[in-house]
Amino acid sequence: MRTAPALAGGFPDISGMTVARQAHWQRWLAAAAILLVLAAIGRAFVNGQIEWSYVGRFLTAKAILEGIVNTMVMAVLAMTLGIVLGVVAAIMRLSPNPVLKSVAAGYTWLFRGTPLILQLLLWFNIALVFPTIGIPGLWEARAVDVMTPFLSALLGLGINQGAYTSEVMRAGMLSVDVGQYEAAQAIGMGRLRALRRIILPQAMRVVTPPLGNEFIGMVKATSLASVIQYPEVLHAAESIYYANSRVIELLIVAGSWYLLVVSILTPLQMLLERRFARGALQITR
Amino acid sequence: MTQPLVAIRSVSKYFGEFQALNKVSLDVRAGEVLCLIGASGSGKTTLLRCINQLTPVDSGGIWLDGELLGVREEGGRLHRLTERQVARQRLKTGMVFQRFNLFPHKTALENITEGPVQVQGRNRAEVQAEAMELLRRVGLVAKADAYPSQLSGGQQQRVAIARALAMKPMLMLFDEPTSALDPELVGEVLGVMKELARSGMTMMVVTHELGFAREVADTVIYMDHGAIVESGPAAEVLGAPREVRTKSFLSAVI
Repeated sequence: MRTAPALAGGFPDISGMTVARQAHWQRWLAAAAILLVLAAIGRAFVNGQIEWSYVGRFLTAKAILEGIVNTMVMAVLAMTLGIVLGVVAAIMRLSPNPVLKSVAAGYTWLFRGTPLILQLLLWFNIALVFPTIGIPGLWEARAVDVMTPFLSALLGLGINQGAYTSEVMRAGMLSVDVGQYEAAQAIGMGRLRALRRIILPQAMRVVTPPLGNEFIGMVKATSLASVIQYPEVLHAAESIYYANSRVIELLIVAGSWYLLVVSILTPLQMLLERRFARGALQITR
Repeated sequence: MTQPLVAIRSVSKYFGEFQALNKVSLDVRAGEVLCLIGASGSGKTTLLRCINQLTPVDSGGIWLDGELLGVREEGGRLHRLTERQVARQRLKTGMVFQRFNLFPHKTALENITEGPVQVQGRNRAEVQAEAMELLRRVGLVAKADAYPSQLSGGQQQRVAIARALAMKPMLMLFDEPTSALDPELVGEVLGVMKELARSGMTMMVVTHELGFAREVADTVIYMDHGAIVESGPAAEVLGAPREVRTKSFLSAVI
């Protein structure tokens, strides 16, 4: 049996000692300062010219509740349209076909390059360009009747969202290792089947956080549809304060609803991320 | 003489200026185990990828089971096959990659059943029973429901072999199947491949495992600069090489 070689002296055994807690007094100081500032801001608002009773009363007014429902309906429908268009555009962008590539690039260029509010106004006023729309011989209608505030907002928000989503989806698809595509080909899959079965499910894990971001952006972007008379929550708040002049109170009401909706969406996104993380090693909490 | 399963005739391939394959011609008989050896960049992996059409050839032709791959001859000219026709031709070959390339979002069992169910449209229950039998063959029945991230490299590669076999290919292609493995995991993968060779499968193996080549290969091919330098029975090429370049490669490796 071999004996261990002798160790050098001067290095005591500290394995029994505990590590002392650090004081962190700077953290306490910073927290106290922030609380003080918050209290001052809160006091200013309480003493300011805000009738808080109006905020409480209108928070659950029928028009406001209908407004937030309309906001959510529009956000979900426009985001759905945006994701469908975005996935299609991303697949076209990554196809070997130069025609499809150019069409997708042109779509992204056009709808990312102009302001969203301008696009909404264009859709709403499209009757000025095309008084009647339809398929010749099959169906025809006056554009003013078809382009309701709802449809204008849906097309404007959804098509604009698709242009952004296509870039998010493209980044997600590019993040999947090329070996995955080769393995899919090696078991006889064509391009589209490989995308649907192998590439997109893996890309979803990468794109869920940015898409959650985009959806939160969409909830707030629906407020732009107030300029084309879509009755979402900000439009409802405006209609009320035009009548009773309680501007700040009603803006606080609308703001509270946006905050509440976004607060609910964040944990939902985490659930979705867990779903798509199937098979992946947990590297973050 | 019977027709070879794979016939490669004057195949050349360029990547830009770099010539990866230089007029390679080769026959592989059904049931033959052929090992391709050579330094990296010698074209052995490219040759394998050309057979599976992951890389299109620039000139020359590859026939598998009597069928010209990737193109069809008509009126003295060659016309590329459609993506669907290429996918159908690929079903005759199984490919095992250096980096395994298992689908990380699917379990071991799902990796194996994906091709037969989705591509070949076969009955799921029947395919699952076959997949379990394949897992038994590679010694991983207990890992059927594990995701690739929960498996060691050797286990992942054995699942990848089972995935390729599930398509019932007539030819198995192995691209350096043990190069990415820790040394202690190489043996389990080579063991599965030896068993496969004994069962009569036609195999083309790009490898640096000369011991495996000596034991299992019927034919060994030494490639250099995109060309076949020497080919013959394993014992001759590895034991008594004729070419100077083969000799210097072997003495550098061993």
